[in-house]
Amino acid sequence: MLETLNINLTAILPEILLTALALCVMALDLIMRRGASRLVLGYLSIIGLLIILPVSCVSVIDGAFYGGMVKADGFSAYFNAIFIIAAIFTILISMDYLKRVNINKGEYYYIVLFATLGMMVMAASNDLVNLYVGLELMALSFYVLVAIRTASSKSVEAALKYFVLGALSSGVLLYGISFTYGVAGTTNFTEIAFQARRVTILDPYLLLAIVFIIVGFSFKIALFPFHLWSPDTYEGAPTPIAALLSVGSKAAAFAAFMRVFLVALPVYQPHWSRIFWGLSAATMLYGSVVAISQKNIVRMLAYSSIAHAGIIMIGFLVTSDMGAAGVMYYLLVYAFMNIGAFTVVTLFIRSSGRGESIRDYRGLAVRHPWLAFVMSIFLVSLAGIPPTGGFTAKFFILSSAINAQYYWLAVIGVVSTAISLFFYAKVIFYMYLSEPDALTEGTAGGAAGGADRDLPIMSSATCNIVLVAAAVGTVLLGIYPTPFIDMAIKAVKPFFLT
Amino acid sequence: MIELAWLIPMLPFTGAVINGFFGSRMPKKTVGLIACLVMAGAFIISSSLFIKILSLPVDQRSIEVTYFTWIASGAFHLDIGFLIDPLSTLMIMVVTGVGLLIHIYSVGYMHEDKGFWRYFAYLNLFVFFMLMLVLGGNYLVMFLGWEGVGLCSFLLIGFWYEKKSASDAGKKAFVVNRIGDFGFVLGLFLLFWTLSSHGVTSLDYKTVFASLHHIDTATITVITLLLFVGATGKSAQLPLYVWLPDAMEGPTPVSALIHAATMVTAGVYMIARNNALYAMAPISGEVVAVVGICTALFAATIGLVQNDIKKVLAYSTVSQLGYMFAAVGLGAYTAGVFHLMTHAFFKGLMFLGSGSVIHAMGGEQDMRKMGGLHKHMKITSVTFIIGALAIAGMPPFSGFWSKDEILWEAFEKGHTIIWAMGLLTAFLTAFYMFRQVFMTFTGECRADRHTQEHLHESPKIMTVPLIILAILAAAGGIVGISFFEEGTAAHHFLSPVFEQGGHAAANVGGHVAQNGEALHGGMEAILMAVSVAAGLCGIFLAGLLYYAPLKKYAPSFWRPEVIAAAFKPVYALLYNKYYVDEMYDHIIVNPIKRFCGWCLSFDLGIIDGIVNGAAWTTRLWAWLLHKFDIYIIDGVINSAATFTGYNSGFWRRLQTGRLQNYALIFVIGLLIIVGSALLG
Amino acid sequence: MPAGKYKNMLTLTHFLILSFILFSIGVAGVLLRRNIIIVLMSLELIFNSVNISLAAFSYFMQSLSGTIFVIFNITIAAAEVAIGLAILVTVYRRRKTVYVDELDEMKG
Repeated sequence: MLETLNINLTAILPEILLTALALCVMALDLIMRRGASRLVLGYLSIIGLLIILPVSCVSVIDGAFYGGMVKADGFSAYFNAIFIIAAIFTILISMDYLKRVNINKGEYYYIVLFATLGMMVMAASNDLVNLYVGLELMALSFYVLVAIRTASSKSVEAALKYFVLGALSSGVLLYGISFTYGVAGTTNFTEIAFQARRVTILDPYLLLAIVFIIVGFSFKIALFPFHLWSPDTYEGAPTPIAALLSVGSKAAAFAAFMRVFLVALPVYQPHWSRIFWGLSAATMLYGSVVAISQKNIVRMLAYSSIAHAGIIMIGFLVTSDMGAAGVMYYLLVYAFMNIGAFTVVTLFIRSSGRGESIRDYRGLAVRHPWLAFVMSIFLVSLAGIPPTGGFTAKFFILSSAINAQYYWLAVIGVVSTAISLFFYAKVIFYMYLSEPDALTEGTAGGAAGGADRDLPIMSSATCNIVLVAAAVGTVLLGIYPTPFIDMAIKAVKPFFLT
Repeated sequence: MIELAWLIPMLPFTGAVINGFFGSRMPKKTVGLIACLVMAGAFIISSSLFIKILSLPVDQRSIEVTYFTWIASGAFHLDIGFLIDPLSTLMIMVVTGVGLLIHIYSVGYMHEDKGFWRYFAYLNLFVFFMLMLVLGGNYLVMFLGWEGVGLCSFLLIGFWYEKKSASDAGKKAFVVNRIGDFGFVLGLFLLFWTLSSHGVTSLDYKTVFASLHHIDTATITVITLLLFVGATGKSAQLPLYVWLPDAMEGPTPVSALIHAATMVTAGVYMIARNNALYAMAPISGEVVAVVGICTALFAATIGLVQNDIKKVLAYSTVSQLGYMFAAVGLGAYTAGVFHLMTHAFFKGLMFLGSGSVIHAMGGEQDMRKMGGLHKHMKITSVTFIIGALAIAGMPPFSGFWSKDEILWEAFEKGHTIIWAMGLLTAFLTAFYMFRQVFMTFTGECRADRHTQEHLHESPKIMTVPLIILAILAAAGGIVGISFFEEGTAAHHFLSPVFEQGGHAAANVGGHVAQNGEALHGGMEAILMAVSVAAGLCGIFLAGLLYYAPLKKYAPSFWRPEVIAAAFKPVYALLYNKYYVDEMYDHIIVNPIKRFCGWCLSFDLGIIDGIVNGAAWTTRLWAWLLHKFDIYIIDGVINSAATFTGYNSGFWRRLQTGRLQNYALIFVIGLLIIVGSALLG
Repeated sequence: MPAGKYKNMLTLTHFLILSFILFSIGVAGVLLRRNIIIVLMSLELIFNSVNISLAAFSYFMQSLSGTIFVIFNITIAAAEVAIGLAILVTVYRRRKTVYVDELDEMKG
């Protein structure tokens, strides 16, 4: 702790800019007239994020700053790009969504920005304190965002469940952190690693701490026994927020995992990778099996996201640069394909609750060939079929498992992928090979009474931007993954040097 | 010409993209024209490539082209590239040639369908994937094509999705193919993993084949068997053949192209391509051959009693594919690929012919309601009979040469049982094919009056492809006739590809071949005669049963109904296809359905059960904690009222309070991990 | 351990045991109490049990960073409880209940 403070504003420039942006949006929201449309705040946030994106990609500086608490390496830049892309997409689809569900709240936008800031802090942290503060910033923002549809009983229920379980998991994580601190005498990752290498025997307290930290982050990633919040929360939350939760919060927790276990605790790899082995295998199988029986598309995507988390876990626990780069690449692809799928889902959701069932997608190809087409791209990618990014990502993860001789895990990964094909194909099947259901047609609402009349499904310009960008990204990452993988490998190389 | 090779798959792909995106807004004529033109372009380039390859010296006929590095990272290096050699050029000739004819035919066949553009988009897309499969220069591209053709097959089987049977058939094909693909993927993974542990990280065929000496026989046997599992799915072999007969729900030209001429032969191509692997694993070869010949015989027996004109052809396809597998399994790759080619001609022809018949009959597929169609549709019936003669192995039609070569190879290599089974199958094939011919084209028409009035020959756009295919089916055997001293033209052309496999095969069965050299000529002629006799026998017996002029000579017990009555159990068994579908339903499908139902209730049932169980064990603990609660928490805020409600609500809360169920599971998960970490 | 002047001394273990007991009570409260307010209080208990152990480690190791962490924790916990109460209020407005077991609209 006696090293120099090493203050460097450039190292945290993206974070500073994002904070400034969020505060600006917040101030603007305060001075705006009541009832004035808050869409302008959304546009402002997007413009700001578009400026921050290149900044965050280039602000890569060697070394640790602020008393060794903050890193600005390629790793954090890669993750920052994922977070910012996810945030841009989320805000773009939110603007349309909020209009439809009659929410005109400025705080929505700046809380999304704060959540993004929390994720960035997590990915850039080199200290448990910093990590925890980032995590809480993200989690607290999400609690609010999930509850933002205060008029919906589902939304508040989801928020309560997410909050109580999230706080419980934070407590467990903190307990683990406190033990780590007690054993190592420091909260800095580099120093913990130094201590751990000095004392090679695993202190049972430290083992306990490892377990508690694993459980705390597993909750955010929604690994098997700690996943129970996610389907309910995704269903109740505003759909764009569910998208951001499934992509951003997950990616941030993976970044945290990699920082803690690959930087601070690599010495105990045999111990923690065994735990992750079990979690990963159970999660993959549970997620893909349970998703089959889902009737609600958001819940299905929630379980699919659980299964994906299990597969991504493989790349992390094998502890190789290939695997870690695979994790980062997978999360990048996942940001595109999953938010893409959620965008289509968002367009479907009506305040009456219609459009949430998978059956509502029947015959979509006839009525909305464009939506059906992009949705198929996303689903095909989620299922891991070439030539999409989902395939290359799975390929990297599974081949890293084979390289590291985790054969059974690779086999389980393949099995889970095979199972997951059923429910993705089911949606494509409904869209292309089934007759449209008369009920989903907006005009049918007229018969049911004026109050229940649904808006016709129409893709707005903002949503179309997201759909095109996500589809292009999904396919591009599938056919030309090399530069992105190389970047990821370069970013994680320092983790494996010692 | 080599530089243009990339255009061969890209042209159909362009067609698929144009038709898929803009087809719904274009007139049908334009859609059909685009689809056929891209196919014609692909065919022309393929032909010139073929000629180019022929003009090269034998040792330069294998050309690797790399277009694009897909994934290159560290040790990994995956390219998109083609391997152009005699095998792949022959395959693209078949795919684009037969494909072009079927596209043209489809323009006529589908002209009334509202999904016209969708149909051609799928069909072009299928051709694209099929060409990738056969042209691919590494396993990755092959796999891409392998999955892609499966997808298109699924889309086209369920093309008429309004029909429940069609969408069910699509689903069945999808599911069964996934089972096969699972084996295929495992095989590929095992291959790469084994090779990469020896530092070979390339997936190119040439590199892989050159480094096979690293792998021990046991591993390579497992790899080849797993790959063969994939082949049984894609090429409809025992026990995964069940999807193909159902796939006949798709439009008939689709059955001709995908489920007879091209896609289903992908498994045969794959084994032929991997001949170097199979040569190192004689056991796998035996398995392939035995499964193949058993499938051939098995499907032929089912074909005997089917009444649906397309189902008969479907089972005959399964059976003929069995022949091809028997051939490649025995190491007779040339014979297998040769039969693949002739089969594409005559089976494509027969499917298109049956499509013409169905078209004329207004959608009727039951042969019992047909008959006497020769009078009304001369071209269809003549071309169909040519196809039937070819499949029955009658000289000089193409099927004779290829089938005969397979049987001869089996006999020559000393596999007399396989030879005998093949001969029996040949006999059965001739029988059921001519049963079909006689039932459909001869005798009195058994259709209702309305249908009879509308009987007509199909338009030119459908009959011209039939005629061209008929010529090919009749004369396609030329390449198989021994023009040269040292072997047939097909042998000459293909053998360099199979050199590696051939050597090993020669080592396995070498002495037989050498000893047989002297007997070669005489023995071959005798075997030819035997197989022709078997075919003639089959045709004659079918004629006695179903051909009116011959019927009167038949003895009284030789009538379809008499035989069916006499062998009722056997007949029922065959008629119901050995009850295999029912068996699969009981053994596999229903348990899976139950399992899914169980998964559905998992959260509601099992997790609640766990909660309840946990609640029992933690009751004492909870009670104790509760005592603490009174003093620490309750004591301050709550009155004793909470306490009294506490016990009564205890169970109810655990049953319904989802949030706390979640929290409980969270904590149980934590405790389990702590326990296992501390103990393990 | 000799009797006498060390008899009343508190060791690190004492603090850790206290922390563990508080943590367990907190977890049990979250698991067992119906009233959301009490659940929230139990969560606070969990956070504070951690604070005790952090402070104890910090004191016995003569390292400041633990104490700093405690201050961060208290701040975050305050924010957390504010949001928790806000959510509780909206839940009550929407569902007219503060009992967690009555909130099971979504399941499966």
